[in-house]
Amino acid sequence: MSVDLVNVTIDGVAVSVPKGTTIIEAAKQAGVLVPHYCYHPSLPSPAVCRMCLVEVEKAPKLLPACVTTVAEGQVVRVMSEQALKAREGVLEFLLINHPLDCPICDQAGECELQDYVFQEGRAGTRYSDYAKRFSPVEDFGPDVLYVPNRCILCTRCVRFMEDVAETPVLNVSERGDRAYIGIDQEQRLDHPWSGNVVDLCPVGSLISKDFLHKARAWDLDKTASICPGCTQGCNIMIDTRDDVVVRLRPRANLDVNRHFICDTGRADYRWMNRGDRVEVPLLRDGARTVAADWDVALDRLAETLRGAAGPVVVLASGRASLESLGWVRRLLDGRDVIAAVKVPLGGTAPLPGIPDLALRAERVPNLDGARLLGYTASWDAAVAAVEGAALVLLLDVALEDSEAARLAAAGGVIALTSVDDDRLKGSALLLPVSTMAEENGTYMNRDGRVQRFTQAKAPPGMARPAWWIAAEAWSRREPGRMAPETAALAFAALGASVPALAGVTYADLGVTGRVVSRDVSGRASGTVGAGAR
Amino acid sequence: MGFPHPPHPKETVVLSRYFGDPGARTFAGWVQRGGYEGLKKALGMTPEAIIDELKASGLRGRGGAGFPTGLKWSFMPKGDGKPHYLCCNADESEPGTFKDREIMRWTPHALIEGCAVACYAIGAETCYIYIRGEFTEPLAIMQAAVADAYANGALGPNAFGSGKRIDMVIFRGAGAYICGEETALMNSIEGKRGNPRIKPPFPAAAGVFGMPTTINNVETLAAVPPILMQGAAWYKALCLGNPKSTGTKLFSVCGHVMRPGNFEITMGFPMKDLIYDLAGGMRPGRTLKAVIPGGSSVPLMNREEAESALCDYEGIVEKGSMLGSAGFIVMDDSADIVYEVYRLAKFYAHESCAQCTQCREGTAWTTKILERILKGEGKPDDLDLLVELSDNMTGKTICVLSDSCAAPIVSGIRKFRSEFDRYLEKGVRELAS
Repeated sequence: MSVDLVNVTIDGVAVSVPKGTTIIEAAKQAGVLVPHYCYHPSLPSPAVCRMCLVEVEKAPKLLPACVTTVAEGQVVRVMSEQALKAREGVLEFLLINHPLDCPICDQAGECELQDYVFQEGRAGTRYSDYAKRFSPVEDFGPDVLYVPNRCILCTRCVRFMEDVAETPVLNVSERGDRAYIGIDQEQRLDHPWSGNVVDLCPVGSLISKDFLHKARAWDLDKTASICPGCTQGCNIMIDTRDDVVVRLRPRANLDVNRHFICDTGRADYRWMNRGDRVEVPLLRDGARTVAADWDVALDRLAETLRGAAGPVVVLASGRASLESLGWVRRLLDGRDVIAAVKVPLGGTAPLPGIPDLALRAERVPNLDGARLLGYTASWDAAVAAVEGAALVLLLDVALEDSEAARLAAAGGVIALTSVDDDRLKGSALLLPVSTMAEENGTYMNRDGRVQRFTQAKAPPGMARPAWWIAAEAWSRREPGRMAPETAALAFAALGASVPALAGVTYADLGVTGRVVSRDVSGRASGTVGAGAR
Repeated sequence: MGFPHPPHPKETVVLSRYFGDPGARTFAGWVQRGGYEGLKKALGMTPEAIIDELKASGLRGRGGAGFPTGLKWSFMPKGDGKPHYLCCNADESEPGTFKDREIMRWTPHALIEGCAVACYAIGAETCYIYIRGEFTEPLAIMQAAVADAYANGALGPNAFGSGKRIDMVIFRGAGAYICGEETALMNSIEGKRGNPRIKPPFPAAAGVFGMPTTINNVETLAAVPPILMQGAAWYKALCLGNPKSTGTKLFSVCGHVMRPGNFEITMGFPMKDLIYDLAGGMRPGRTLKAVIPGGSSVPLMNREEAESALCDYEGIVEKGSMLGSAGFIVMDDSADIVYEVYRLAKFYAHESCAQCTQCREGTAWTTKILERILKGEGKPDDLDLLVELSDNMTGKTICVLSDSCAAPIVSGIRKFRSEFDRYLEKGVRELAS
């Protein structure tokens, strides 16, 4: 497919961009960030903040870069004296009624007003003799507060609710410098995706109650990850402070979630901070349970597997990575295996303005990855097969009491688990595993896209990724076998038995993933799946 | 409501001929006075011929921008299969301007006729007449006239038996100044907040409801039927100054004059005669100090500029201001320019739609500074600050409201600096000499 390209020069850098590109996007490709507030790549541009004014050669006046499309041979000066003066003027106007309460503002450190004022603003104020506009904080919704004093009226929130969420509960009320963001009197900001207005707000005007005063932006460690909430596979950032997850935010991926995540996914991080964790391998020794180091535990695991003849049932969590699911299967290669993942179901919540983006009913991130690796979603059948199984291998899955009670009917139980669970105390082996927040790995979403997540915090005690445990036990089965030492190697090795993954490496996946399988079962129904061999 | 003064001999009476004549308000009365002949003639012409006639007449937009009307109509796409719309801008909210109000009060059918001709020429079946919310009397008259025109077959599915559908909808504004801006007006018609839109796309490409739209001022549309009846050459010959400004125009003169009111004069008429003859000149013992000629949104003219200017688009630009809507605000030597400028800024601060940063914050800030100066608490740097803020507010926003606020401030400071200085130095106004 050929694209009409237009040649433009932006601050001396020549770039060719597709016809119809806006100056602001073309400038990004030239490595120039045009300061802006109201513009957002996932929202319609109203060109109201007037911050992105740039000088375009032969144009009679400064033009807004967010709505002006490039023309052949155009010469744009973002940093010209005239443009800088105009932007300094805008910043001065924005600041006259801004409280400058940065020391108590959650946005400080990641505030676009701070950034641009620091970069291009005036050092002092010329508005010192007047009281600033004051309006009290408003409660907009379950997780959103509106601080009108800090608002710069960029209207990103209004446009998100109107054009993306298609639930126009926010508006600009009043006129002139009395204007503020209003909410429909009968409504709350409780749309399932409304939390995005907090991320969209360039200043600290819309803030999250959940994150309120929890951390300063500069104290946070930010880790690229994948939302484990459903099969959509939204890209997220896990923000941690002192190894504690304090919030999840969307990470841009234009092919999956653009710039948004749903409120369900956003709120679902508390389990990552659980304190009731298994921290050492526990082995059953007669009537006693004893702690062991990994060498002993892995030897015992290999031994237990060897000693148990007959079918093996694997009950796995849908949050388990491709690496872990794959290596557990490889560990059981050649045996009679029934493997299933547990898929909790919930309601769906689409984001109307973005095609193919929704909170999905299947509330696990790796259902399609599990299917690709030979697991089924036929959970009840797998649980029923526990009776008569030589071994049951639990892969960090949360069991109902009734399910846990059936484990006694199996020949033996090997529990790879992150959470300390009394019901599993009778297991032959209780092996501590890390959660997805504590390891590197990959998920495959409902569109067959394999995406990486990276380690955001340290695993507790001796907990290890499940793939490492499985691979180490696998290497003990025959002399000369080498277990992979990193998640990247563990992933690369999957290609040997899974054609869709053959030759794919972490480097190929990058930060936004790659579609490896168009033939995904997730769309059709839950009945497909290779199942046991 | 009041009656207009009888026409002055120096006026050229075309649009205002029946001002003060209640008989012209009915369909029958309008027909009796030669009305609707222009529409009938137009329906027998091709749209192209009408547009060519208008182009030849030199008629330019009377709302303020002065864009050639025929050219504007010719921008409408042809054969695009989309519904076209005509919007009549009757939201006359520019301070000092009250000419459209009088057209609607006295000769509503002149406007309806002009709208119908325009609809036919641009291929529109529907015309929205957007009337300012405060215009209660003109609204009632226009509503009655539209009903009258429908009842007599001038409007409707088969206007005057031509087979053309021409519908007219009166839309009442809610009193926002900014809704007189053409794209804000369209948003308002659509039921949205009256915020100006970014251009492009221009209305001829995507106007009201996203469809090709032409928007004209009341006076522009009312001038169309006489042009068709008496010919482009006649209209073009009505010119005393620059040949680019033709025809007659209603000038609303208010303020410190003896005989305020609307005056219809030929383009290029001397401003001195307009103020001193037609409008009766200053009050006894007073002298002219300043004129804001184009509604409040243009730079002030001082006495020398005003007395030497010709009343047309180019003549006033030559003297450092703009014709705008031709609403003359005349101030004699009793006027306090600082206060006047403050009052205008306050108006714009109140009416800013709050979209663009410079306008939202700038209009309010400049008002506060002017307020401080008036209180005698001004600072030495205040004038420089006002000029710089005005510069930041000019040419940088979606519409020109912000520029309109800056224009009187900057021109006021430049042309009447001593009055500002007096406030800054003594804390009180300069006394009239």
